[in-house]
Amino acid sequence: MAKHKTPLLDQLESGPWPSFVSDLKAQAERRAKNVEGVEFQIPVDAVEDLLGVLELSYKHGRTHWKHGGIVGVFGYGGGVIGRYCDQPTLFPGVQHFHTMRIAQPAGKYYKTDYLRALTKLWDFRGSGVTNMHGATGDIILLGTTTPQLEEIFHTLTHDMNQDLGGSGSNLRTPADCLGQSRCEYACYDTNALVYFLTNEYQDELHRPAFPYKFKFKLDGCPNCCVASIARSDMSFIGTWKDDIRIDQDAVNKYVECADGYPANAGAYKGSKDWGPFDIEKEVTGLCPTRCMQFKNKKLFIDNANCTRCMHCINVMPRALKIGKETGCSILVGAKAPILDGAQMGSLLVPFIEVNADNDYEAITEVIENVWDWWMEEGKNRERLGELIMRQGFQKLLEVTGIEAMPQHVQYPRTNPYIFWKEDEVEGGWERDVEEYRKHHLR
Amino acid sequence: MAFISTGYNPAKPMENRITDIGPRDHNEFYPPVIKKNKGKWSHHEILEPGVLVHVADSGDELYTVRVGGARLMSTGLINEICDIADKHCDGHVRFTTRNNIEFMVDSKDKVEPLKNDLAARKFDGGSFKFPIGGTGAGITNIVHTQGWLHCHTPATDASGTVKATMDELFADFQDMRLPAQLRVSMACCLNMCGAVHCSDIAILGYHRKPPMLDHEYLDKVCEIPLAVSSCPTAAIKPSKVKLANGTEVKSVEVKNERCMYCGNCYTMCPSMPLADTVGDGIVLMAGGKVSNRISDPKFSKVVVAFLPNEMPRWPSMTKAINQMVNAYSNGANKYERLGDWAERIGWEKFFEACELEFTHHLIDDFRQQAYMSWRQSTQFKF
Repeated sequence: MAKHKTPLLDQLESGPWPSFVSDLKAQAERRAKNVEGVEFQIPVDAVEDLLGVLELSYKHGRTHWKHGGIVGVFGYGGGVIGRYCDQPTLFPGVQHFHTMRIAQPAGKYYKTDYLRALTKLWDFRGSGVTNMHGATGDIILLGTTTPQLEEIFHTLTHDMNQDLGGSGSNLRTPADCLGQSRCEYACYDTNALVYFLTNEYQDELHRPAFPYKFKFKLDGCPNCCVASIARSDMSFIGTWKDDIRIDQDAVNKYVECADGYPANAGAYKGSKDWGPFDIEKEVTGLCPTRCMQFKNKKLFIDNANCTRCMHCINVMPRALKIGKETGCSILVGAKAPILDGAQMGSLLVPFIEVNADNDYEAITEVIENVWDWWMEEGKNRERLGELIMRQGFQKLLEVTGIEAMPQHVQYPRTNPYIFWKEDEVEGGWERDVEEYRKHHLR
Repeated sequence: MAFISTGYNPAKPMENRITDIGPRDHNEFYPPVIKKNKGKWSHHEILEPGVLVHVADSGDELYTVRVGGARLMSTGLINEICDIADKHCDGHVRFTTRNNIEFMVDSKDKVEPLKNDLAARKFDGGSFKFPIGGTGAGITNIVHTQGWLHCHTPATDASGTVKATMDELFADFQDMRLPAQLRVSMACCLNMCGAVHCSDIAILGYHRKPPMLDHEYLDKVCEIPLAVSSCPTAAIKPSKVKLANGTEVKSVEVKNERCMYCGNCYTMCPSMPLADTVGDGIVLMAGGKVSNRISDPKFSKVVVAFLPNEMPRWPSMTKAINQMVNAYSNGANKYERLGDWAERIGWEKFFEACELEFTHHLIDDFRQQAYMSWRQSTQFKF
C-alpha cells in the first residue's frame, strides 16, 4: 500500500516508454519489503516521500525543493549539491535529500561487479535513486542526508577506488564519446585523453579556484556525438590532415546496392523506402565544398578542398576512411544562452597532436595558458566564452601564443576599427607636436 | 536505523583520507573484444533499429543492442541491468551520452536471446523497461534535467515531459524512417544544465514572473550582497522595507522589467521564490544541431513562445512536437536535418508546414545579436 496517493503520476505509468513512476514505485516497495535486510541509513520511506512530493508538484505546478546550505565532504568544494524539501513535515523522508556526483568512467563502460557495489552502497546510505547519467556525464546519486556524505565518500575512495565529480566553480567532470574503443571514425583515443585530463586536473576539479564552471568535452570526430562544440568551454574534436582513404571496390559496392553496403551504415533501414542509393544525389551532390566526383566508376576527392564534415564517410563507411595523420582541433568558449546568448565553440587550434607518450604536452600547454588568463582576468561567474567576447579573440591568441590564421574566422572583420597596439605602429605614439607645427601652422 | 560508521572519524578528517583519485580506469571495464580491437575497427552497420554490428580489421564482430531508459533510474533497475549483462554479456554494459543502455555480445547467435530477454521485460504499469531502438534516422532518447523531482529552480517537470513526449514519439524510436536523426532535448529552466540550445527540437521550462520577496525573513535567511551579485542582469539592489507592523528591515528590491526569471537569486536566497502555477510553462525550440556534417553546427530557434504546464501529460506540448516531426518527415530531403530543412524552405514556410503560429515573442530583442536574426533582404516568401 503506497504511503501517498499519486493519481497524477499514476497516469505516467501507461504508454510504451519506460516509466520512471513505475520504477520509483517498485523501488519504494523493495525498500519497504527489504528482503536483503539492509540497515537503511536514511529513511526507509524516502522513495515513497519522493513520489509524494513530486505528486504535490504535479498538483501545484511548482517545485517543492530548495537549495541552500553548503554541504560537501572535507577538503572538496564540489561533488555534492545540497537539497532540502520545502514540505518536510509532509515528506520527512526527503527532508534532506542531497545529490552526489560520482566521476563516470571514460566511454561510460561498466562491469557489473562495480555497478552492484555502487547500488549496494546507495541502497545502504542513500535513497537508491540515481541518474545514469547527469547532463555533464557524472553518475548522479539523488538523495541522502548530511551525515552520510563522508561515509559514502569513505567507502567510494577506500573500497571502490572511486572519486567524486565536479560541481560549482570547478573543472566539471570531463566527458567523452566512446571514441576508438568502438568507433571507426574516431581520430584519437578519447577515452585515454579524458582519463588523463580528469586525473591530471583533480585539484581543479575538486577545489573551486575558477571564476565559474569549466567543461572539457571530447569528441572523436566532427560528428560530435557528445556535443562538445555546443556545451564545453574547451572542446577537443578529432580530425585529420591527410587524405580520406578510398576503397574504390567498396565505393562501387555501395553504388550497386550490394548486400552489407547499405547507405549510411544502415541508418535508413526503416519503414520509409528512399529508393535505390544514388551516389551523385546522396554523396557528391551533398558535399559542402563540392570537392568530390564520381566518374567511370571511380570516386575522386580533392582533399585540399575537403573540410572533413564526415558526410561522405558516414554514408559509405566501408569505402571511405578517415586519414592517417590524425589529431584534434581545439575549440573554446561554448556555453548555453545564459547570459549573453548561446555561444558555439570557436576554433582556437586547427590541429594539435594527441600524444600520450609525452603526456599530451601540446594539449596541456594550451589548457594551462587559457586557464592562467581566465583565472587572472575572468570576473566572478564569467564563462571563458564571455571573457573572450569581452577582451577579444585577438587577446586569446596573444595569451596562448597562437598565430592568427584565416582558419580562425568565418570571414574577416566588417569594420576597420582596428585597435592598433603602440608597438605595432612604427615609431610608437610619442610624437613631437612642435616638430609637426613647423610644417602645419596652428 | 542506527548509524553505522565506515570508520571515518569527524574529529580527524585527514586520518587515512584518500582523495583526488578520479574515476575508475575504463580499461578495467572494456569488454574483451573492445580491449582487443580498440583503434582497429573497420566499419559498422545498423542491422535493424537498435541493433548494431561493429566489425574489426581482425574480423572480430561486436553486436550491440541499444535500449532506451529513463535516466532517472533506481538501484533495483540497475541491478536488473546487471543481471541481464551477467546473463548475456559476461558482465559488461555501457551507457550512451543520451541515456541509452548498450548491451554488447561477441557473436551473432547471442543477439536474438538478448533481444528477446530485453523486449519481454516490462514494468508493473505496463511500459517497457528496455525498449530496443534509438539508432539511425530516427528519434533517440531525450537528454534532460531534474525538474520537479530534484531541482529548486525548474519551471516544469523533466521526467514527466520526457515520458509524455517519448510515448508520443515511440514509433520513431523503434523506426528509422526520418530524413535524418532527430535529437530532442529537455531542460527545465533557462539555465539549461541540459544544454538544449543546439537540438533539433528542444523542450525548455520557462518562468514568466520575477521572484516574490519574503521581506520579513530575507535578511535573516540570506546574505543580501550574495543575492544582489547573483543576478545576471543586475536587477536586484539592496533596500530598506517597512513591514506591515511598522518595523523597518533590510531587504532587496527587484527591477521587474530587467528580470529574466533565471532563479539564480533563489539559489542564493530562499526568500526569493519565483515558481508560479500559471507563470511557468514550456518554450519549444527547433532547428539546432551539433554535428559538423554537411552544414555547420547551429543553435535552436524559439518556435513556440509559451505553452502552459498541463500535468501529467502536457498534451499541447506533445501536439506541437508531433506537428514538427510530421512536417519535417514529409518535407525534408534525405540527410537533411530539421534546421537545414527549415532554412531551405524558409522559416515562414516552416511555421506554415508545422501549423505553428508566429507571434511577436519570436522576434529577438535580447541584446546585440538580435539584429542578426532580422530579415535584411527582399528575398522572402509570401
